[in-house]
Amino acid sequence: MLACHPAKMLSFNRLISDGDLVIVYEKHDSMKAVTVCEGSVLQNRFGVFKHSDWIGKPFGSKVFSSKGGFVHLLAPTPELWTMVLNHRTQILYIADISFVIMYLEVVPGCVVLESGTGSGSLTTSLARAVAPSGHVNTFDFHEQRAESARADFERTGLSSLVTVKVRDIQGEGFPDDFSGMADSVFLDLPQPWLAIPSAAKVLRNDGTFCSFSPCIEQVQRTCETLRTHFTDIRTFEILLRTYEVRQEKMQSSREDGNDSNGSLPSKRRQCSDGSYVLGSCPSISSVMARPCGEARGHTGYLTFARVKCVS
Amino acid sequence: MSESNSSSSRVTWEGCSVLLDINDGDRLVFARLSPAAKLKIGNKNCSLQPLIGRAFGTVFQVDTAPNGPYLSPAQVNVNNAEEIGDGQGNNEMDKVNVNNAAQARDGEVNVESRDNRALVDNNTAQSLTGEDIEAMRRQGARGNEIIEALIANSATFEKKTSFSQEKYRLKKQKKYAPKVLMRRPVARSICEAYFKKYPSKIGFLRVDTLSLLLSMANVSSNSDILVVDMVGGLLTGAVAERLGGTGFVCNSYFGQAPYSMDIVRIFNLSDEICKRILRSPISDLLPKESPEQVLEHDVCNVESQSNDQTSALASMDEISHSSENGISDIGIENTEPAIEIRKAPKAGERPQKEIIDSWRENGFSSLIVAAPELDAWTLVRDLLPLLANSAPFAIYHQYLQPLATCMHNLQLEKMAIGLQISEPWLREYQVLPSRTHPCMQMSAFGGYILSGTKICNSTANSSSNRTVLL
Repeated sequence: MLACHPAKMLSFNRLISDGDLVIVYEKHDSMKAVTVCEGSVLQNRFGVFKHSDWIGKPFGSKVFSSKGGFVHLLAPTPELWTMVLNHRTQILYIADISFVIMYLEVVPGCVVLESGTGSGSLTTSLARAVAPSGHVNTFDFHEQRAESARADFERTGLSSLVTVKVRDIQGEGFPDDFSGMADSVFLDLPQPWLAIPSAAKVLRNDGTFCSFSPCIEQVQRTCETLRTHFTDIRTFEILLRTYEVRQEKMQSSREDGNDSNGSLPSKRRQCSDGSYVLGSCPSISSVMARPCGEARGHTGYLTFARVKCVS
Repeated sequence: MSESNSSSSRVTWEGCSVLLDINDGDRLVFARLSPAAKLKIGNKNCSLQPLIGRAFGTVFQVDTAPNGPYLSPAQVNVNNAEEIGDGQGNNEMDKVNVNNAAQARDGEVNVESRDNRALVDNNTAQSLTGEDIEAMRRQGARGNEIIEALIANSATFEKKTSFSQEKYRLKKQKKYAPKVLMRRPVARSICEAYFKKYPSKIGFLRVDTLSLLLSMANVSSNSDILVVDMVGGLLTGAVAERLGGTGFVCNSYFGQAPYSMDIVRIFNLSDEICKRILRSPISDLLPKESPEQVLEHDVCNVESQSNDQTSALASMDEISHSSENGISDIGIENTEPAIEIRKAPKAGERPQKEIIDSWRENGFSSLIVAAPELDAWTLVRDLLPLLANSAPFAIYHQYLQPLATCMHNLQLEKMAIGLQISEPWLREYQVLPSRTHPCMQMSAFGGYILSGTKICNSTANSSSNRTVLL
């Protein structure tokens, strides 16, 4: 997924080969991760796609099924991965992920500790941020989930950057050998306050901390506990509003005495063949944008803090 | 501190760039540490020498000595027993915080019974006069002693609710015992400081929006990121920080004059990282056979931009006597790179021919644009072909319409998929026992982003299934 290995770097000359992980893009909310395997096929509502047809094509290609339907084959990125991964738990999405990495000041070379691993959505982006020389140590108390996460990181080519361990961080804290070693700690736990003393111990001076909690009561207790060892405690909520764009024709109210038709924007939508159903009245065409009608209303609260500096 | 790990160092060194946060964000100053550098705090001129060799995150306070005021680290109080320092006197500042916390906890148990019915604003509550305070000062009283005296002599302090007592203390602390917090200048702190004090200099790019641009464009080590940065270099610096001395960030521009990237110098980027920041006119990047038709892009805008440069990045704060005092207002820079007095990193060289050739051959790994003054669609139309197939891109703009047009055209031309315009919404919370709520003031707008993935330009477009390219 990352360009750590020159062979994996995106390029005009990089062609899809047997064993590559590709993201099969149908439309923006319908994608699938597929590992290319000579002799294998992908079947979806557009028909049957032979993997052998994909091999040798550049990433970003449009490929066709036996029925003539098509999909695009994209190179995986952490953002695309977040949209296709198996949900073993509730996951973090792009807005929270991006903000967490920026606010934790994660840069190449950093050592980051995370608990729990969950479905590995954030972990994937953390790995990208610490590459090539840093490391993400992620802990989950669920053995099977840790194993699946490990398999995912293997598949996405991140296993050299991520170590998954089975451990109950709330109960046991982070392992002692990380004392003073971590640049950042991220917690997504039901009772994060239980792990805070341990987080303070593993963080370097001025190290950064973040806890993600869906409920304000969790935030309340987290902040109270943080005040002992941490400073610069701030809580945020981040959401993403998306927009839809379309070209619409609006009737002019001025000309041709068509005023009686009213001057409201035409409700007529673009037809499947691209043309518009319109009367004979003069109209003005323009590209317009509006927020999408539905959106995620809440993901969680992000509480950040910094270890008090003992100089 | 060795230069090579400067960007990750947690301790300051001479020549290092720092962000000074005075009184919790009241003033934000970028400074470069040198023995001669001075900073005016209140009416006192303090040398920045004591800040050298200290850990980032240290809080300083102004102390008085026979030879004038100086900055000394405020004792940090860590509440667990084994880590309490040998509390010698100068931790009053932190007592304020402890008091606050204690009061806050009280507030939770017994709900505040006092209110403001007995308070009358007739300016007689304080019996200490200005002369009294001056006299205390002359006798060497510390800021916190003055605050205690003010409280003791306030007729109304006891009648105030614990919340307004806390506010009172904070107000007096800012005046009589200012705090200076020394922060690491990284993408987050630099963006926040500019957004708070001079948002127009960074095109109103909020920190969460910047973070999204970096994600959406898959900025990762060993990639070659094409950037159009008309936000003072903030974007270029943030990308370089994420590349960590691998790959390249190509800061590209139309016309002859590169856009200002003064903000890059505020980051403590190591030489290794700076070498990865290259500047190139876009005409050099285009395939050779294509004429320089792109140059039609607003040369006039470029000019207006460079006129702006000197004033644009005038220091983050009214640093009173800048250069002769040795506080380099990092913001101010002349366009000629020749005027590099200090050992500042040399970012922004012209790329060598081999590098340009490799970009032509392989394509860039992604594109990020933050150019409020350029037309988004024509820009993207020209630059997208320079990206490798399947490369993601992210275009920032503070207005929606240019991005809507750009997205529409990209759809019509079938140049990209996964197109989306998004706008982050960021709300901060006050979290206190029994007093948790969203902050009263918030930034209502952080800008729009158009993101997507470039697809192969296949000529065979005849397709039977009518999947909408969105």
